[in-house]
Amino acid sequence: MTRTDPVVDVRDLCKVYALDGSEDVVALRGVDLTIDRGEFVAVMGPSGSGKSTFMHIVGFLDRPTSGTYRFAGHDVAGLDGNALADLRSRALGFVFQAYNLLPRTTAVENVELPMIYAGAPAAQRRRAALEALDAVGLAKYAQHQPNQLSGGQQQRVAIARSIVNQPHLILADEPTGALDTVSSEDVMALFRRLNEERGMTVMLVTHEPDVAAHAKRLVTFRDGRIVSDAPTAREKVEVPA
Amino acid sequence: MISLAQTIRLALTALIRNKSRSLLTMLGVVIGVAAVIVTVAIGTGAKSSVADQINGLGSNLIVVIPGSVSTTGAKTGTGGASTLTAGDGLAIAKLPGVAAVSPSVTVRAQVVAGEQNWQTTIGGVAPSYTFVRSWPVAQGRFFTQTETDDTAKVAVLGQTVVQQLFPGGASPVGQTVLIKNVPFTVIGTLTAKGQSGGGQDQDDTVLIPYTSALQRLTGGTTVGSLMVSAASAQTIDATQNEITALLEQRHGIVAGQPDDFSVRNLQDIAQAASATASILGLLLAAVAAVSLVVGGIGIMNIMLVSVTERTREIGLRVALGARAAAILRQFLIEAVVLSTGGGAIGVALGVVGATAIAVLAHWPASVPLVAVVLSLAFSAAVGVFFGYWPARKAAALDPIRALRFE
Repeated sequence: MTRTDPVVDVRDLCKVYALDGSEDVVALRGVDLTIDRGEFVAVMGPSGSGKSTFMHIVGFLDRPTSGTYRFAGHDVAGLDGNALADLRSRALGFVFQAYNLLPRTTAVENVELPMIYAGAPAAQRRRAALEALDAVGLAKYAQHQPNQLSGGQQQRVAIARSIVNQPHLILADEPTGALDTVSSEDVMALFRRLNEERGMTVMLVTHEPDVAAHAKRLVTFRDGRIVSDAPTAREKVEVPA
Repeated sequence: MISLAQTIRLALTALIRNKSRSLLTMLGVVIGVAAVIVTVAIGTGAKSSVADQINGLGSNLIVVIPGSVSTTGAKTGTGGASTLTAGDGLAIAKLPGVAAVSPSVTVRAQVVAGEQNWQTTIGGVAPSYTFVRSWPVAQGRFFTQTETDDTAKVAVLGQTVVQQLFPGGASPVGQTVLIKNVPFTVIGTLTAKGQSGGGQDQDDTVLIPYTSALQRLTGGTTVGSLMVSAASAQTIDATQNEITALLEQRHGIVAGQPDDFSVRNLQDIAQAASATASILGLLLAAVAAVSLVVGGIGIMNIMLVSVTERTREIGLRVALGARAAAILRQFLIEAVVLSTGGGAIGVALGVVGATAIAVLAHWPASVPLVAVVLSLAFSAAVGVFFGYWPARKAAALDPIRALRFE
């Protein structure tokens, strides 16, 4: 994988769910999208627009019915389950709406988890996890368990977990959906900082325009297609400057 | 890719996170293995005590007992006939492979000494009896051949009878006891021999010359059995055949006709007894094995619940890059750790239980190493067998659904 290729490059992506006894559900009807390194893309769209399906395919959790998906220059169609799992552990970081931290497990152990599946040695794991917690401003909460942290803090631990392996791409699925406004702003500011200061590529799925406004580029889905793809207001203002 | 050692660490962490549930899940296997260990310990103890008691019967012992009789078509059991005589015993004693013979005439009788009385087994035997049964005299002496020939009224008491008739602790030697109102002089006491293989108190007996027993107590000429001591353990089978041939000749039994006696050696009796102990042990082990399987089903049950409960965790692990095989391994290891851990606790409890039984019930219990190793191996196998299905279920979860699972 080279750093010059686009991180995500999909062409004519289609996804059809075959359901027993009723008509097939078409979730994606030919999607073309390229995400370059260092981009911060927000994906919006109403329920059933196909944005979640799109994210699952981009995250190797689902496979397209047709179309091509090149991840950092590699066609993923030919990869088996194990290769996709390895790719998830090394090249992707997931952030979920519900944080999905392991209960009764310290923050630093939660952050280490992707590195365990990548096969990193213990000392390296601990160092990288503490660095990642420091990057999200939670260095002194390393030994706290999720139930001792606020929602915003838990989501920041989850973000630390998503960046610990220095992934090519962070996929965030409604990361502010369970948070209040202040925590929401915190989390989005964190994504912006990771993107601007560390050059991390972020793809964010949301249905809140305020949240999407933090991204540089906004892609809108409707009925399984991309209906708009444009820089956000923030980017438009910042580009002339 | 994740290493096996790391997967084991993940599995252990997951189990420790749910301490109380892990312990409760183990409980079935704990009880199963503890039951196996205790029953095997008891069975082994029973076997060794049977062997000890049979060795205690006497060296190279061959027992001749009367056969069954069938005069009217209804057969009595073995020993039902009265076909053996003291003369048979004398003839057997002349065989080259025979070291000593003692006839045995037994009769239940009330024995009275002063104000005390006691119902016991009177054994009419020959002087060679102490040799044949390896049963030395504790105090005084045993009766002689002359006393036997003279149908002397002399008696040697077993320790239980001594305690019952002479509770004060005074020496019974020289005292007179009444057996069926016939006065006998006590000339000695026997050493304590303990219970027989059948649980009978062997010390509850009074020995008198068999001639005296025949003449004064039973009034017949036939004896209950002949106890023969073979000259050596190697020739015991040959000697047994010689005895059979001799008695067939003396009793006029032609070929093809059933014998009216039967000749048994110690090994036959030992085999019969240990076969009984084995069957008992097998029965107990079967019950224990069933409880182990039930314990395994308990583990499967909890692991299935655990997979459902941890659906989101599994989805998360997949999203973070766990291969399906890593998920399967983790859950399988969890099940095996539960069952093997339960097995180890069960072994410890079983050893404690067996020791307690040995101490409290005076039952010789010993835990053979092979039982410990087998129980642990079997409980590990239970973990693999009953853990596989839940583990496969976990590995096959669709991560998208798993992550959305509430």
